[in-house]
Amino acid sequence: MTISKRTFDVVVVGAGGSGMRAALAMSEAGLKVAVLSKVFPTRSHTVAAQGGIAASLGNVTEDNWHWHMYDTVKGSDYLGDQDAIEFMCRAAPEVVYELEHFGMPFDRLDNGKIYQRPFGGHMQDYGKNPVQRACAAADRTGHALLHTLYQQNVKANTNFFVEWMALDLIRDEDGDVLGVTAMEIETGEVMILHARATLFATGGAGRIFSASTNAYINTGDGLGMAARAGIPLEDMEFFQFHPTGVYGAGVLITEGVRGEGGYLVNRDGERFMQRYAPNAKDLASRDVVSRAMATEIKEGRGCGPRGDHVLLKLDHLGDDVIRHRLPGIREISLKFAHVDPAQAPIPVVPTAHYMMGGIPTNYHGQVVAPYKTGPEEVVQGFYAVGECACVSVHGANRLGCNSLLDLLVFGREAARQIIEDLARNPHPKPLPPDAAERPLARLARLDTQKEGESVAEVGDAMRHVMQAHCGVFRFPDLLAEGVKQIGEVAVRARNTVIKDKSRIFNTARVEALELDNLIEVAQATMHSAAAREESRGGHARDDFPLRDDVKWLKHSLYFSAGERLDYKPVRLKPLTVESFPLKARVY
Amino acid sequence: MQNLAGSLLLNPDLRRLRWRCRRGLLELDIVLGRFVERYAGLDERQKELFDELLDLPDTTLWDMISGKTPALQDDQRALLAIINAD
Ligand SMILES: Cc1cc2nc3c(=O)[nH]c(=O)nc-3n(C[C@H](O)[C@H](O)[C@H](O)COP(=O)(O)OP(=O)(O)OC[C@H]3O[C@@H](n4cnc5c(N)ncnc54)[C@H](O)[C@@H]3O)c2cc1C
Repeated sequence: MTISKRTFDVVVVGAGGSGMRAALAMSEAGLKVAVLSKVFPTRSHTVAAQGGIAASLGNVTEDNWHWHMYDTVKGSDYLGDQDAIEFMCRAAPEVVYELEHFGMPFDRLDNGKIYQRPFGGHMQDYGKNPVQRACAAADRTGHALLHTLYQQNVKANTNFFVEWMALDLIRDEDGDVLGVTAMEIETGEVMILHARATLFATGGAGRIFSASTNAYINTGDGLGMAARAGIPLEDMEFFQFHPTGVYGAGVLITEGVRGEGGYLVNRDGERFMQRYAPNAKDLASRDVVSRAMATEIKEGRGCGPRGDHVLLKLDHLGDDVIRHRLPGIREISLKFAHVDPAQAPIPVVPTAHYMMGGIPTNYHGQVVAPYKTGPEEVVQGFYAVGECACVSVHGANRLGCNSLLDLLVFGREAARQIIEDLARNPHPKPLPPDAAERPLARLARLDTQKEGESVAEVGDAMRHVMQAHCGVFRFPDLLAEGVKQIGEVAVRARNTVIKDKSRIFNTARVEALELDNLIEVAQATMHSAAAREESRGGHARDDFPLRDDVKWLKHSLYFSAGERLDYKPVRLKPLTVESFPLKARVY
Repeated sequence: MQNLAGSLLLNPDLRRLRWRCRRGLLELDIVLGRFVERYAGLDERQKELFDELLDLPDTTLWDMISGKTPALQDDQRALLAIINAD
């Protein structure tokens, strides 16, 4: 196969909120920036975000960055790095005002200032009273954010490579990163993008689970590419789950349904939340409800022929209430569960929503790995931001509306760091002779493989193992078996066959390449979860129900080569303020 | 996700559309992914309209499919009814 080559100052992989925020600053600084995206930029998964962006503007109720920092540290169950969290919370108002200047149509107060909504976990005065901290643009904050940033990037002459899929990272023998190899989805053409800086902004990997709220494009490509290039993945055991995703589809049913009187039942028709949370019942916090559901399913009280879900009952509310007080729920239920909620209950399961872990970085967006002299050495030329990165500001559990904030703050900061680094490195290092060897070998295998399983079959097996063995509530026997089974699936993934070998818009080939990435993420998640013998944030174990700060106040690092785990300390010291002391995370 | 009918191998338009049905909203991934397999049965005008729908922003398209904001044109409404018939 012939491959062409192009050279840029910076190649950004991913055109969601984080990639486009970074690209904008770099293009404006006069750098030649290429941004790759599998789909049209404004169709990145950021479009799904509705809730808002957290920032302590204090426009509605008194607020300050230190309270926001406290909520974030506590929300992270103390696994978040406090230097990065301070950096993010302090920068929040600034990045929101910048976005306002770029033209973001925020909701406004009568006095013209940005309106702010209340949101779970946002508190005044170190956890005392709720505060209005979320900045939103109606129920389409993510859409407005992407649209605004895309327009600005077009103005700033960012070079977009739309429907291009990055395949693998290029590293030379010093370990420095020199760009990526990518494939144009329309033509199947393969190209090397040679750059002095490579920034990953590829988003999450919720698709490793069979129940996921994430769009199909969220296959963790950045993590897969990093893992194959020898970079560890950090804190991969921590995923945030939403209790009520439609069974078999993943589409979210909002908490509002239970607020209006909907409740969960098991196969015996029992309202089981009464046993787990006698007072709050179905309105208990997300993690409590999710764990109760998982326990019912594990103990054989799940519904359906496979006993693998529970039911959300709201028919007693009546058609009128459902139509008027719960807009959209009837449509979602009809379309994705094929039931009319006024007639029959909706099948639901705890559904993977957000990935806290990712490619390890410091708060300047530089990728750090323990590979020469210390645990956090900068990998030259390599940066990561957004959901694919682990800065770590979310620690073991993300606070609502902090993800969009993370995209903006670290997108901007990584750009600043890259501009500074490139001023010191005016010339690109030469490409190694084997620069595209790995991706070409992967493509060649797909071209020549004649026998084997289909990508869909192996993908289903992976999602099933992850859901059953490494879901929202984790049990020692299931985890041990899960490690074994996911290893077997990984072997099968290396042996898939695609029938369609053509070049033009070959979706089958793209899905096979995505599976290579998904399986890296799945392995990292399973191994990290099986090893962590405590419960913290998004990682809940039946056999170790408590947080264990003596043994486990540390970040996991999973290395794909050798399926090896290592650990590094949490950065408890903020930049300028006192460290928040460890406390139990109760709300 | 890979039922590769013979026609699909030959038809570059359909191959392109299948990829364009990959969206940012999961709701659309599912609905459009189901529908696109029936694309071959549409008439020329409907095919054109479907192409146009795919160019809309995700939020706008989902609002139209879920009926939150009804489509303006008659023929668009007819196509949406077919999409919603799944
Ligand atoms: C339903 C839902 C609601 C949410 N609501 C909120 C909210 O209200 N507030 C909040 O703060 N957070 C929210 N989140 C989380 C937040 O939306 C995401 O974490 C965030 O948008 C991720 O942005 P990103 O820039 O990291 O990646 P994405 O927006 O996911 O973008 C990834 C980009 O990478 C590209 N890409 C991936 N792989 C490749 C490859 N191999 N080659 C080329 N390009 C590639 C994609 O095409 C895309 O452009 C929500 C999440 C969900 C699922």
